[in-house]
Amino acid sequence: MTKPILDVEKLNIRFNTPTGINHVVRDVSFALGREKLAIVGESGSGKSQTARAILGLTPGMVSAQKLEFDGTSLLGLSNSEWRKIRGRRITMVMQDPKYSLNPVMRVGDQLMEAAARTNARSALKGRAMEMLEAVKIRDPERVFRAWPHELSGGMGQRVMIAMMLVTEPELLIADEPTSALDVTVRLQVLAILDDLVKTRDMGLIFISHDLNLVSSFCDRVLVMYAGQIMEELDAKHLNEAKHPYTRGLLACTPNLEKPVGVLPTLQRDPSWMAPVSR
Amino acid sequence: MSLSALKSVGKVLLSIATTMLGLLVVTFIISRLLPADPVLAIVGDHASESTIAAARTKLGLDHPIPVQFLLYIWNVLQGDLGMSLRTSQPIMTDLANVFPATLELATWGILIGVVIGIPLGVWAAVRKDTIVDHLIRFVGLVGYSMPIFWLGIMGLLIFYAKLDWLPGPGRLDFGYEDIVTPVTGIMTIDTLIAGETDLFWNALAHLILPASLLGYYSLAYISRMTRSLMLSQLRQEYVLTARVKGVPESRIIWKHAMGNVLVPLLTVVALSYGNLLEGSVLTETVFAWHGIGLYITDSIFGQDLPAVMGGTIVVGFVYIIINTLTDLAYRFLDPRAR
Amino acid sequence: MATNASGWVLSVTPQNWRRWLLTDTPDSRMQARAGRAYLGWVAFARNPLAMIGLVIIVALIAMAILAPLLTNWDALFGGNIETERLLPPGGDHWLGTDQQARDIWSRIVYGSRTTLLIIFMVTVTAAPVGIIIGTTAGYLGGWVDTALMRLTDAFLAFPKLVLALAFAAALGAGLENAILAIAITSWPPYARIARAETLTIRNTDYIAAAQMSGASGLRVLIGHIMPMCLPSLIVRVTLDMAGVILTAAGLGFLGLGVAPPQPEWGSMVSDGRNQILDQWWICTYPGIAIFIVSLGFNLMGDGLRDVLDPREQ
Repeated sequence: MTKPILDVEKLNIRFNTPTGINHVVRDVSFALGREKLAIVGESGSGKSQTARAILGLTPGMVSAQKLEFDGTSLLGLSNSEWRKIRGRRITMVMQDPKYSLNPVMRVGDQLMEAAARTNARSALKGRAMEMLEAVKIRDPERVFRAWPHELSGGMGQRVMIAMMLVTEPELLIADEPTSALDVTVRLQVLAILDDLVKTRDMGLIFISHDLNLVSSFCDRVLVMYAGQIMEELDAKHLNEAKHPYTRGLLACTPNLEKPVGVLPTLQRDPSWMAPVSR
Repeated sequence: MSLSALKSVGKVLLSIATTMLGLLVVTFIISRLLPADPVLAIVGDHASESTIAAARTKLGLDHPIPVQFLLYIWNVLQGDLGMSLRTSQPIMTDLANVFPATLELATWGILIGVVIGIPLGVWAAVRKDTIVDHLIRFVGLVGYSMPIFWLGIMGLLIFYAKLDWLPGPGRLDFGYEDIVTPVTGIMTIDTLIAGETDLFWNALAHLILPASLLGYYSLAYISRMTRSLMLSQLRQEYVLTARVKGVPESRIIWKHAMGNVLVPLLTVVALSYGNLLEGSVLTETVFAWHGIGLYITDSIFGQDLPAVMGGTIVVGFVYIIINTLTDLAYRFLDPRAR
Repeated sequence: MATNASGWVLSVTPQNWRRWLLTDTPDSRMQARAGRAYLGWVAFARNPLAMIGLVIIVALIAMAILAPLLTNWDALFGGNIETERLLPPGGDHWLGTDQQARDIWSRIVYGSRTTLLIIFMVTVTAAPVGIIIGTTAGYLGGWVDTALMRLTDAFLAFPKLVLALAFAAALGAGLENAILAIAITSWPPYARIARAETLTIRNTDYIAAAQMSGASGLRVLIGHIMPMCLPSLIVRVTLDMAGVILTAAGLGFLGLGVAPPQPEWGSMVSDGRNQILDQWWICTYPGIAIFIVSLGFNLMGDGLRDVLDPREQ
């Protein structure tokens, strides 16, 4: 690919616990261009921590051979240097707007707070309303004045997306953005996300546990297990996956077209754990 | 006001009424059923036959207990708490005279508690598990393990007797109390009204020690609760969202998290205010501060049970009102509850 | 572990005990309970402040039991009024003497017995009352629940000291009355906790099974529901102890506790008040004693709560 916006090489994240060091992300390497990359794995696979590390918001100890965003290293940045990147050029959409929006601040205020990073005071409301329209909210004035608990799940998530795209970032991380939504609403939100990412020519990291969902939505898929990347492949070629874990994941999701008598359970093989560099 | 708002207010008034009723049940039991001879407890040992007889009729002691109780409630509602054996005044008048002193003290106390306690609690939360956190928690712990009357005595010993930095007991220096005509009952205000600026400063100086004592008491509790509330908010997802947005940490603490902390914190402050009413009983005794607390204890020693019960009813009533008002404010301030 | 007698005795080593307690497959309920208690203890012991609290409480109990060994002076009646009154700390009288020539250290030591007695009696009175009212309200529900909870709220509506004062004033001075007065203001929180726990477990299958096998309501209540409330209650009781001590001391300070010449720390502070300027020790040391014991219970209670309810962290 042409110069990637995100270049990760041997990323490691460790946590200090009373019972020893917990190595949650092990030697993870990948590159991201202006495309939609999915990171798939079960709970505890380290996918969320990887995302947080890209934003410098993980409480764990981060070490990597390379962690570069648009040529700038993200390792050991000072607070003021992070200020130029976080919330401006890299942002993140989280899972459940019930919790990820501040319940005692109006939606409009939260939107304007995000917009204030790149806009003058006078332009804040205008930008906020623009974004609300961009995420296809039909009554933007009412939503602007609303409290978060007054919004439905789908609307709240669209507000989240608006909030995180108002500064026109180059990289958006979406951490299970549709997992808390009803199935019918999911597709709507995904469509909006798809449209926005395409028109702005952004990079998107889509974190999920749902392999089927990302296969149709994303360009490439990274499969993570126990902190390591098991396999990396194009979404189109998912059926040709070679790693037993990926095959296992594919096999254990129910399929209406090819029903099986008994759904297989995922077998885990300790030999998948490769030795780690440090 | 909308219908639902009226309904809320109605529910609140009902809850005050029922809790007051419960309170009066308890005070009724204490004043009528516990003492060996309730009439003597009310009129005193030296009363004449006719006084005793009059009291019997007035209290309805010839009637069955439920009727007596209704009579009791009726009297209380009219503000008739009986006559004090000690001062020979209507108890309600006595209480009205002394209540402002307690109010003055408790209010200064809670101000200190809030102004110092909340920032300390926030600081401890933000610097969790560091030495600052441990220090603040320790100071708080000492605060609610300390016998308040003893600390008051020590305070007087050190700052008044040994160092002579602060004046002694009482609301004003000895003998000056009669110069000021009570208008509001609050010494700092009344001295200003009377134009006695020297006495104003004197009153303020006299407030320092007892108010600081109560202030310490309340800041111990307030800082602990603020810390705990703040920690719980800082764990929430919306804080992560704000950090992702690049919001500066100080704004995250004081606007985002604090906004969510304020409402439960209000309950904490109100509870603390109620506790200060309790703490004032002992503090007023130590500092010869003529408020409700001292009135109640003097009445106990003067064998003046009606006055003790009257004071208890008023204190209980104020406590209930404070708690109920906080409940109301909660519903008013939290957007989710509207 | 070997099961025959001599084999058993020989195999009781610390390592074996640990293995037995921490096993994932306990053989009996007693073993499982013991294992859990051990884990709780380990967590508790890791907290230095909690351990300090425990040490203080143990010291208090030891002081009360070993009182005669800790001091030779009489706590009730003083020595020679001429020569031994108002002596400063030092020499034979470690903490000095008071106006009646009584040794302060001795009065503090014997005063610990009064303190322990008060704590014990208040707990033994208030906790059962609270449990009974709470579980009954939770189990029966309906108007019984409402009535009992209104009663609880009424008691909670008073600041504790004021209500205790009112009771003590009506009943008269004296230790039993003071204990009663404090107990009466202490039970409401226990009733609340017991009711909350009862409501949680009232509808479980486990209780339904007990009811279907013929157990009467009372039996279910006493045999099954009440024991479930114990853990939260134990934490609450420990945390409340500090408050009980302070209230008792407050009552003592106001002259509503034990009758003189019995030593009680609160009344000792009051005794020393008039002498405060020149003989500060009469008043100071008992106050320190009250403070240390109250601190001990607070530390221990905090430690217990961290172990039993870690989400507070």
